[in-house]
Amino acid sequence: MTTFDLASTTLRELNSALHAASDGTFTIVNPQGAHAVAAGIDSPIDVTVRGSVGYYCAGMHQQGTVRIEGNASTGLAENMMSGRVHITGNATMSAGATAHGGLLVIEGNAGSRCGISMKGVDIVVGGNVGHMSGFMAQAGNLVVLGDAAGDLGDSIYEAEIFVRGSVESLGADCIEKDVEAEHLATLERLIGESGLDADPAEFRRYGSARTLYNFAVDDIDAELAAAGGAS
Amino acid sequence: MTERWNLRESYTYDRNVIAEIQRAANTGIYRIRGWGAKRELPTLDDLVVLGASMSRYPLEGYREACGTDVVIGAETSERPVQLDIPVTIAGMSFGSLSAQAKESLGRGANAAGTSTTTGDGGMTPEERGHSKTLVYQYLPSRYGMNPNDLRKADAIEVVVGQGAKPGGGGMLMGQKINQRVAEMRTLPEGIDQRSACRHPDWTGPDDLEIKIIELREITDHQVPVYVKVGAARPYYDTALAVKAGADAVVVDGMQGGTAATQDVFIEHVGIPTIAAIPESVRALQELGVHRGSVKLIAAGGMRSGADVAKSLALGADAVSIGTAALIAIGDNDPAYEDDYRALGSSAGYWDDFQAGNDPAGITTQDPELASRLDPEIGGRRLANYLRVLTQETQIIARACGKSHVHNLEPEDLAALTVEAAAMAKVPLAGTTWIPGVS
Repeated sequence: MTTFDLASTTLRELNSALHAASDGTFTIVNPQGAHAVAAGIDSPIDVTVRGSVGYYCAGMHQQGTVRIEGNASTGLAENMMSGRVHITGNATMSAGATAHGGLLVIEGNAGSRCGISMKGVDIVVGGNVGHMSGFMAQAGNLVVLGDAAGDLGDSIYEAEIFVRGSVESLGADCIEKDVEAEHLATLERLIGESGLDADPAEFRRYGSARTLYNFAVDDIDAELAAAGGAS
Repeated sequence: MTERWNLRESYTYDRNVIAEIQRAANTGIYRIRGWGAKRELPTLDDLVVLGASMSRYPLEGYREACGTDVVIGAETSERPVQLDIPVTIAGMSFGSLSAQAKESLGRGANAAGTSTTTGDGGMTPEERGHSKTLVYQYLPSRYGMNPNDLRKADAIEVVVGQGAKPGGGGMLMGQKINQRVAEMRTLPEGIDQRSACRHPDWTGPDDLEIKIIELREITDHQVPVYVKVGAARPYYDTALAVKAGADAVVVDGMQGGTAATQDVFIEHVGIPTIAAIPESVRALQELGVHRGSVKLIAAGGMRSGADVAKSLALGADAVSIGTAALIAIGDNDPAYEDDYRALGSSAGYWDDFQAGNDPAGITTQDPELASRLDPEIGGRRLANYLRVLTQETQIIARACGKSHVHNLEPEDLAALTVEAAAMAKVPLAGTTWIPGVS
């Protein structure tokens, strides 16, 4: 195991080493809220961060595992592609933003816009999520064991949102949908993989009403022409 | 015809206005189209170049060297962008453009020694393969955005806005969202795609500074990072982009084109390029980085070497072309006049880039239409056009006695109108008067 002390190692040295590694286990101590910690990993390495991090921790993550024992600021695991990012504390806004794949686990709460524009990632939040979570979410699953603040799933595409607690309000074009057997299976799998504990039967499902997918266009002239009137 | 003199067109309600009211009343949806602003605006034509005379010494037009190279990111990047000419190809997506059009742009840019740029929707292998220097746009939608492509790029352009629609997001109509485009963007096929207008994980210049650090970390500080803004408040936007750590600021004036946006946006939001460049330059000068560590790329309605030379004289380091590049490879070609007519338009007027039925095979995903464009010929046409732009720029620079196009300066310009003098901050021709300055 290799340890990096961010009190004496630069961010550049840290990320260079992580990018160069093809395997192995790494521990980062004294992160002191640094930004872009462990960003751009692209190998099956195992990284543990002891302490809280700033923006974009594990940004664009691929293949490996990053575990943060603390809290994270904006953009945790933004645009992650694969692998696993797991935080024991809370994450502020835009956790998992635009992420394409892999599993993001937030044991605590997530701030606003959790899963914004998500494109295939699975996100499991042990606590609550802030307002406009799942905004323009395109694909993947957002599982919230706690409550969701206002405008959940605003302008959502084909992502699925599951909430166990209350939902303050749904955003534009987001509706509640039936929970079928396949959804219970998805919940069971994701809750199991996250290491958290919840009964899939307690969740409600939200997704797109698909009313915003295409512009609503009238054509009075064509209608009149078809009816034999003026065009 | 004399009997027609009783007909008087309203200045306020001219035929375009009447047609648009009628169209809106029929459909209930705002007009969406491509191209850029079409109404009359102050342009770089409102400036003239003051050639050398008794007090200035010109260079021989065909014999003496006049450098045109541009280097971006030399102080921050392991692999700075090195351009042979001060004209780049603006970001245009695969999706809005056909694969053949993207290939044409890549081939033309390669031959002329400059860069081309991806767009909303990510990088295609064909695009990467045909572009020696490829700038990867990092957009609010992040469609197709992935770190593997990011690392293949020669520069990263963080797009905050574009001249055709500062404050607005991208748009791609369902006719152009075929299976491949949909898969690249992780969207359902056939939807009318409306991209986000602001980035999902940063909200201001302080955040952007951290975002740029992240992008540099992920790419191991290999390539430069640009920030592109639509011209609205260029002084502040440029200053904030520099503060955020940009290697280059791209300022796109309101004449800048688009593949699809609301007409009301195109015609009424933003400021003209002639007004934007001096404000960006002022910010760079105050921060001590002008003609230094941060480059300025001006865009929006660039058509000729005169436009390039005037932009450089105002203080830009390079310009970027989009609409003109499409015209060069065949857009609005009179050879397709019958097809344009069938679409209710005409060569020289056609701007329905959003419709996906481009007779020239450029702004389409229809395989039959796209096959009309031969990428090799398109690339040659673009390379020829870029060479002409460069030669014209050199002609003007030499006439001003400059051994490099970057030696052009505001002192080489005069304005033909009071408005242009005020915007460009150069004297009204024949006077020493700069409105608001002297």
